[in-house]
Amino acid sequence: MRIVLATITLLWIGATTPTLAEPLAVDEVAPGIFVHAGVPQYADSNNYGDISNLGFIIGPEAVAVVDSGNSPSIGKGLREAIRQRTDLPIRYVINTHMHPDHIFGNAAFAEDRPVFIAHSNFLSALMARADGYQRRLEEDLGADEARGATLSAPGQTVEPPPGEPLRLDLGGGRVIEVTAWAPAHTNNDLTVLDTATATLFAGDLVFLDRLPTIDGDALGWIKAMDRLAALPAARVVPGHGPASAPWPQALEPQRQYLTVLIDDIRAIQKRGGTIEQAAEQAASSQRSLWRLFDEDNPRNAVTVFAALEWE
Amino acid sequence: MSTTVKRLTVTVAALVLSCGIASAQSISPKESSAAKQGDAKPDDYERWDAVREVYFPGRTIEDGSAFLSLDAPYRAQDAALVPVTVKAALPADAGWSIKTLTLLIDGNPVPLAGKFHLYDETAGAGHRNLSIGTRVRVNEYTLIHAVAETTDGRLFSAERYVKAAGGCSAPAMKNPEQAMARLGKMKLNLPQSVPAGGDVTAQLLVSHPNHSGMQFDQISRTYVPPYFIRSIKVSYAGQPVMDVETDISLSEDPSLHFTFTPKAAGDLKAEVVDSKDQTYTGDWQVTPQPAS
Repeated sequence: MRIVLATITLLWIGATTPTLAEPLAVDEVAPGIFVHAGVPQYADSNNYGDISNLGFIIGPEAVAVVDSGNSPSIGKGLREAIRQRTDLPIRYVINTHMHPDHIFGNAAFAEDRPVFIAHSNFLSALMARADGYQRRLEEDLGADEARGATLSAPGQTVEPPPGEPLRLDLGGGRVIEVTAWAPAHTNNDLTVLDTATATLFAGDLVFLDRLPTIDGDALGWIKAMDRLAALPAARVVPGHGPASAPWPQALEPQRQYLTVLIDDIRAIQKRGGTIEQAAEQAASSQRSLWRLFDEDNPRNAVTVFAALEWE
Repeated sequence: MSTTVKRLTVTVAALVLSCGIASAQSISPKESSAAKQGDAKPDDYERWDAVREVYFPGRTIEDGSAFLSLDAPYRAQDAALVPVTVKAALPADAGWSIKTLTLLIDGNPVPLAGKFHLYDETAGAGHRNLSIGTRVRVNEYTLIHAVAETTDGRLFSAERYVKAAGGCSAPAMKNPEQAMARLGKMKLNLPQSVPAGGDVTAQLLVSHPNHSGMQFDQISRTYVPPYFIRSIKVSYAGQPVMDVETDISLSEDPSLHFTFTPKAAGDLKAEVVDSKDQTYTGDWQVTPQPAS
C-alpha cells in the first residue's frame, strides 16, 4: 500500500520565539493509553499551543497517536513522551478533526512515516481554512513554529455512515476502531475506541470544562450524542478538559449547554428577536459553568441563530 | 467486516501564502486628530473620500445623523456575518422621502454591499419610518457607510466603525452539503401582529452560498469562483416595495430586513437573481389584521 503524502511548505519571515523540547506530561488513564491534558486557554507563546488533549495507545506491536497538538513543538513533546516509554513503531497518527490544535503537531511524526488517518471531509475542510490557520499560527506562536508546521494529507480516510468504522490492528489482537461522524462539532469529526480497555477518544465531540465551540451543526451534535452515549466505553478522553472522565456521564454538561443554547435561540426567534440579542443573551444561564464562556459563547450563538433560521 | 477506506491521491503542493489579504488593517502612524467614529483613523477617512468618489462622483454628501442611523456591532462575533441595520425617521413635513439607500463597506474589495431602491405605495408621501437590515462580510477593520438619496436629489450619510477581519475570505459554510441542498430556498418571517396600514418589518432569507471569490481552496490552489446574488426584488400586492442590487459583501444565506405597509391582504413576492443568471422566486400570502 502506497501512502501519498502531500506536504505544504510554508515560507515565513519574521521574529523568532524559543521552542519547547521536553516530553509532554502524560497520564496512563488505562493500560497502554496515555493522555496529555492541555490547558483551557487560547494558543499563545506562553502555552506553545498546549491547549487540547492529545494521546497515544501503545499496543503489542505498534503505537497509534490521537491528535498531535497546536504546534510542531507540542507534537515533538508528544513524540518524546512516546519514546520515553517504547521504541515500537508509530504506525498511525489519527486527527480527530481539522482544527489547528489537533493537527499542527503532525510534522513531528513525519520521520516515523505513519499512516495519517482522518475523516473523508477532513482535507476539504482543512484546505478551505488553512490559509487563515497558518496566519494565526504565526501570530499566536511565532514564525519558527509556523515555519515548521507542515500539513499532511491523510493517507487513509474514514467515511461517515453508511460507511463502516475503520479497524486498526496494533498487534496481538489489540484493535482500535475509528468512527467518522455526520456534521456535529465540525463536518469531519472522528472518534477512536480502544475495545481492550473500553476507552473512547472523543476528540472535540466531547468538551469538558472549556466551552464547546460549534463549527459544524449544533443539532447534528445533539443527535450524535445519543449514539455516542451508546458506545461500549467506560471512560472518555475528551478533546478539552481532564485527561479522562467516566462515560457516558461526561456528556451531560455539554448536552445541557447545547440544549439551553438552542432553546434560548428558538425562544428569541419566536418572539422576533435579533441575532445581536442572541449573541448577548442566549445561554447566559450557563456562564458560570464553563471556561472561556465570554470568549466563545457569543459566536456560538451567532452560528446557531443563522442555522436555526433554516429549520 | 468491511472497512470504508478511501485513499487520497493529492499531489504535492508547495504553497507560498499570498500576503494580499493577510494585512488585517492599515493604520498609519499619523495622529488621529479628527477621529469621528470610535477608532477610525485618518486613513479610514481618506479611504472614504476615495470610495465616495467612486459611487457618488463629484457630489456633496451631507451629514444625515438628524434622521439617519447605522447600527452594527463595534466588534463583530463573526466577520463573515456582521449584522447591519439602517434606520430613517423622516420629519412628517419634510416634503421629500428616501429614494435609494446605499450600504458601503469601505474596506471591502467591492465596497458596495447593497443599493436599495425604495418604492412607496402611498403615492409620493414617502417612507416616514424605514428600517433596512442585512448581514455583511467585513474583510478588515473599516468604516461602513449608509448613504440616503432623497427624492429631491440630495445625499445624506451615516457611518460606523467596525472591528472585524477576514470576512470575505472566511470559509463560511460549516456544512457545505446541507447548504447546497437548499440553494435558492427562501423564507419570509413576519412579526406576530401585522396591522393593516401599519409599518411592518419583515425578514427575507435566501439560501445561497454567496461566494465572495476570495475564499481560497488549497486543494485546487485556486480561489472559489465568485457566485453570489446580484438582485433581489420585493413586491407586495403587485406594487414594488424595493429593488436591491447586491454584491459579494453580503453574507452566505443573505438576510434582508425591510419595512412595508400592507393596506389589505395580498401576496408578498420576491424575485432573486444570482451571478449565474439563475432566478429564484418566493410568494407568500399576507393577511393583515384590520386596524381596530
